[in-house]
Amino acid sequence: MNATAAPRPAPGPAPRRRTLGLGVPGTLGLLVVLAWLLVALAAPWWVPAGAQEIGALPVFAGPQAGHWLGADYLGRDMLARVLLGARYTVAVAMVAAVLASAIGTCLALLAAVSGGWLDMLLSRGMDTLISIPSKLFALIMVAAFGASVPLLVLTAAVIYVPGAYRIARALAINVAALDYVVVARTRGESRGYLMLHEVLPNIAAPMLVDLGLRFVYVVLLLASLSFLGLGVQPPAADWGTLVRENLGALWQGGMAVVAPALAIASLTMAVNLVVDALPGRDARKAVH
Amino acid sequence: MVGRMNPLLRMLVQRLGLAMLSLLLVSVVVFTITAVLPGDAAEELLGQDATPETLAALRVQMGLDQPLAMRYLHWLGGLVTGNPGRSLVSDAPVMELIGNRLPNSLLLAAVTAAIAVPLALLLGTLAAVFRGSWLDRLLNNGAVALVSVPEFLIATIAVLVLSVQLGWLPALSYASDIDSFSGAVRVFVMPVLTLCCVTVAQMMRMTRAALADQLDAAYIEMARLKGVPPVRLVLLHAMPNAIGPIANAVALSTSYLLGGVIVIETIFHYPGVAKLMVDGVSQRDIPLVQTCTMIFCAGYLLLVMLADMVGILANPRLRHAR
Repeated sequence: MNATAAPRPAPGPAPRRRTLGLGVPGTLGLLVVLAWLLVALAAPWWVPAGAQEIGALPVFAGPQAGHWLGADYLGRDMLARVLLGARYTVAVAMVAAVLASAIGTCLALLAAVSGGWLDMLLSRGMDTLISIPSKLFALIMVAAFGASVPLLVLTAAVIYVPGAYRIARALAINVAALDYVVVARTRGESRGYLMLHEVLPNIAAPMLVDLGLRFVYVVLLLASLSFLGLGVQPPAADWGTLVRENLGALWQGGMAVVAPALAIASLTMAVNLVVDALPGRDARKAVH
Repeated sequence: MVGRMNPLLRMLVQRLGLAMLSLLLVSVVVFTITAVLPGDAAEELLGQDATPETLAALRVQMGLDQPLAMRYLHWLGGLVTGNPGRSLVSDAPVMELIGNRLPNSLLLAAVTAAIAVPLALLLGTLAAVFRGSWLDRLLNNGAVALVSVPEFLIATIAVLVLSVQLGWLPALSYASDIDSFSGAVRVFVMPVLTLCCVTVAQMMRMTRAALADQLDAAYIEMARLKGVPPVRLVLLHAMPNAIGPIANAVALSTSYLLGGVIVIETIFHYPGVAKLMVDGVSQRDIPLVQTCTMIFCAGYLLLVMLADMVGILANPRLRHAR
């Protein structure tokens, strides 16, 4: 998907500074992601309390002044529902993705620097986890423990640790074999020092790209779970739940279904744009 | 014995053994997750009527008083011999419930694969051959857009356009409606269409990447300079070396197919195993969910193993004894 990209101009200082080095699409994506993050954090204080009142509007009312996205299946203001839903979609997925990436990276550093049986054990364990398709894993977790927000975060994190681990280990193994790491090892630096000061800085950029991709996977997974009715439970509602509960609107104009669906698509595509513009992209691809 | 085997055969046997080992490890993970909670099946079954005595009696009857390792072996034995127990909700044997649904799911997956795999290979090959052209960019951007939205969104759009706006197809499918060819088409079109969108996008991108790698290789440059015609160049020179990675890509895409099946069967009320499993999850029907999970994992690992074997068989370097 990258070979087709137009040849980039040589990285001169002038055009890069204005867009944080991300280019126009990347900056645009970053703005969208930041906007959704802000909404996720601020919406509970920002959206008026009365906006969620049941029956305030006719069921599936169309867009109108003051209610720009119309109403949902109970006559609640759709805009308020989408803004409040951001917390469950954006924030929950962010926490899960960061957890997955952090745990995966730490274990990978440990494996790459230690080598031997520890590396073997960790890698085989990850291989086992990865051979359970992600949605199946999520389904058994929900069947066994029920669906609550902490469990969903934990489940998504566990599902995406092996992927992050594989990428990070492949990157870290290459770095760990370099002369300066060997020298550091020879002069008797501790394992923790090797992991954090010698190897980590060199795999951080591609792992940031990986974090972005994993965030997209988590968003899609959690949205699908909610759509199946097995994710965030009412009265809390993430965007997947909003699509599910308003499916009836398909026959009545569809705004109540389209709005949360577009919210999901805007988030995932924006992250993809940012990821495509990050400098670590090629390094991550090289080991994948 | 193993030492004297043909190296190719030995490699295939090795892969089979590895797949079995993975499946065994997966079964440990699945069992551990579903058995780790303090509340157990006996409590669920008795619900409000539970007294300490009946609970203890039922636990003994269900073998829940035994240590975890014993219960695992017992469960695994039941699974292997085709007797994984009874549903906690309907009390019907799990195998019977799944047996009724499995043909429907296999049919859905087979029809989808029959359309999606050739289509993905064709599009992926075209994109790789005409790299950088408008066709390549169109296919790529389309694929990226498709894989970055959830499956249910594609299904919802399909319903919105084909059923609501155009009125061509029913929004929900029931396999019992299949009594004529047109009936079958109407029931299948929507789920298959949606599933194809999801899997083709993924598979096409991987096919393109695998073939593009080969087309960049020096031997292709050499053949091109020698004047080998383009079609021959792609099909006879590059393709044999790309088959392994492509088979791998196809197998990995089946995990998307599987994820897709779970969502699509639910949204279209298709009576398959995935719908059964989702219903089982919402009712916390653990034996049913365990068995469905193991069946799906077995199917997935089988496909990955087959792809691995295709890759080995297609690689001429591995075909002869060294």
